[in-house]
Amino acid sequence: MNKKQKKMLFRILIAAALMIVLRVAYSMIGPEADGRVHVKEPWWFLLYMIPYMVIGYDILRKALKGIKNRQVFDENFLMAVATVGAIAIALVEKNGDYIEAIAVMLFYQIGELFQSYAVGKSRKNISALMDIRPDYANVERDGEVVTCDPDEVEIGSILLIKPGEKVPIDGIVESGSTTLNTAALTGESLPREASEGDEVISGCINMTGVIRVRTTKEFGESTVSKILELVENSSAKKSRSENFITKFAKYYTPAVCIGALALAVLPPVIRIIFGMSPAWGSWIYRALTFLVISCPCALVISIPLTFFAGIGGASRAGILVKGSTYLESLAHTKIVAMDKTGTMTKGVFEVSGIHHGTIDGEKILEYAAHAEIYSSHPIAKSIQKAYVSGLLWSFDEATGAAVPVQREAEDQVKRKINRDRVGSVEEIGGNGILAKVDDKSVAVGNDKLMDRLGIEHSHCHHVETVVHVAIDGVYVGHILISDVVKPTAKEAVRGMREAGVSKTVILTGDSKHVAEAVAKDLGITEVRSELLPADKVTAVEELLAEKTGKDVLVFVGDGINDAPVLSRADIGIAMGALGADAAIEAADVVLMDDDPRKISKAICIARKCMRIVYENIYFAIGIKLLCLVLGAFGFANMWMAIFADVGVMVIAVLNAIRALFNNR
Amino acid sequence: MKKSYKIEVDCANCANKMEEAAKKTAGVKDAVVNFMALKMNVEFEDGADVAAVMKEVLKNCKKVEDDCEIFL
Repeated sequence: MNKKQKKMLFRILIAAALMIVLRVAYSMIGPEADGRVHVKEPWWFLLYMIPYMVIGYDILRKALKGIKNRQVFDENFLMAVATVGAIAIALVEKNGDYIEAIAVMLFYQIGELFQSYAVGKSRKNISALMDIRPDYANVERDGEVVTCDPDEVEIGSILLIKPGEKVPIDGIVESGSTTLNTAALTGESLPREASEGDEVISGCINMTGVIRVRTTKEFGESTVSKILELVENSSAKKSRSENFITKFAKYYTPAVCIGALALAVLPPVIRIIFGMSPAWGSWIYRALTFLVISCPCALVISIPLTFFAGIGGASRAGILVKGSTYLESLAHTKIVAMDKTGTMTKGVFEVSGIHHGTIDGEKILEYAAHAEIYSSHPIAKSIQKAYVSGLLWSFDEATGAAVPVQREAEDQVKRKINRDRVGSVEEIGGNGILAKVDDKSVAVGNDKLMDRLGIEHSHCHHVETVVHVAIDGVYVGHILISDVVKPTAKEAVRGMREAGVSKTVILTGDSKHVAEAVAKDLGITEVRSELLPADKVTAVEELLAEKTGKDVLVFVGDGINDAPVLSRADIGIAMGALGADAAIEAADVVLMDDDPRKISKAICIARKCMRIVYENIYFAIGIKLLCLVLGAFGFANMWMAIFADVGVMVIAVLNAIRALFNNR
Repeated sequence: MKKSYKIEVDCANCANKMEEAAKKTAGVKDAVVNFMALKMNVEFEDGADVAAVMKEVLKNCKKVEDDCEIFL
């Protein structure tokens, strides 16, 4: 509790104690008591005013200020009118029943205190987890380490980051190696390894070793700044539900006030016309009860709070939602279109098979790896990796290729590429490599290279990228290289279906059979392949035309070349945004890491949040209407009214806070 | 020009009220209040006197919600 809340709690306790003491005293020495001492009015009025003012002075002041500033119909005004009215009735009827007015104020304040406490708690909860802003940076200047504000660090400076410190600015590791904790950014607890030459992202926490990092960006352009900016602007786009409540409150409160006025005046007037006693007191009392019930607190507080908690809960899971309107749309997701490379697949290449070997498959790999020793091309890297990792290759009848079999961990042979075996190397751009390995001339490359050398080679019917290998001018076989589907992709697609997505579509620039193979493997229903980036926009537009009613089309991409598509879809989700600025700008929802399961998670969070919003709307309006009717017919007194008001609010607030937690 | 200010406000609806009030202030192009981060982002019209406009924003916010604060 903060100071303000403590003060309020103190006021509530004092007022409650005074109220009880006075009530007891009233029954013992009041005008109606049997005892010999009788304390008469106006003493009771004056005494009761003490707890009333203690608990309600600020409400009265706010109500007066509101009237002065022409902001008449707010909850302070409602409470002030209702309680002052109740006291007036007690004075006129001389029944000494001031307790009701005090109780109304008391419970109203308890409700406010509770709400303020609940909001503070959940805010702390969220901000503690989003606490990624680095406070300082250790910069090396002229051989000395200086601590300074991250804002003052220039691009290309060397930072020294010790274990336990946050990486303040994006950069590349210059020396040292460590493990980084990315939990604050991605919601994943799996640590990342970083050593010389690796990129590190600001906001991560350095866990084990000291590293020196050369910065590649300014602080303002770093990932951590981009993310914080995004989170802090997340309420820019208001959802329809929120706007509905704002509008609702705008008309509702004046309407209720007019209703209350009518209730106070019309029935007595009608009674006078029909020659009955007007019973002013009882009708005014009903009207005041009506006012207390009508206070729209539960709605106007709980709906924004639900979205606040929903967006907070999502960012805890590494899903950044740019506004409550997107959360609302996301809940209606029916079609998910996704990019293939980098989204459902890793976007890195791996050797998936060795084909047509006239010599042993492992020998082909060995020669190819040595020939490619100096190459940094992703395909060359993948061949080197396959060789070094010591996978076992076994012939697979079905595909006619040798495919990797994971060896048992203990007898896995780590192999090394031996530099001494490699003689001269000649790289032919766009074709491949000619190299001397063990004094044999090895040619590794694509069809063009083989044609150029006049070596006859097979045309592979497989879907993957093909690398041919020839030794001493004789064709020995080829290596199949393919992009690897993310291990969680299949589960992700299933998750989407469980979350109510009826159609999943792959949009890719890749060839048809590669795309179809991936789609079949993952259980994706539709494939649009061989698309240029501009075609993707057209494809999304076609899909948009297909959908009906409230259905929402989501496009998921890894942010590279996807910006136009991301903004064209109803909701654009950018994946693995760590480092991709364009994606953060263009997307509506940003997934901090590249796990596709987050897509369905985001949909689930949105669904839950919207469910809570509707629960609160129906519940609050329903109870209010019921109580208003009861109050109008005189079945509800002010006690019941204040319980209805505060009770509904407390329940709605508790329900709203639920949106913060999203363990399935 | 855009600037971000720290604010203090108790309830989500009051934050909305502040946002409305800030938006209506002369010299303010757009204003967004983030209740979660307790921040107000104000976009000023070109050539507006930021300090003077913000004083006015604070005044207008105080009018609709007495219990708020903007740390200028």
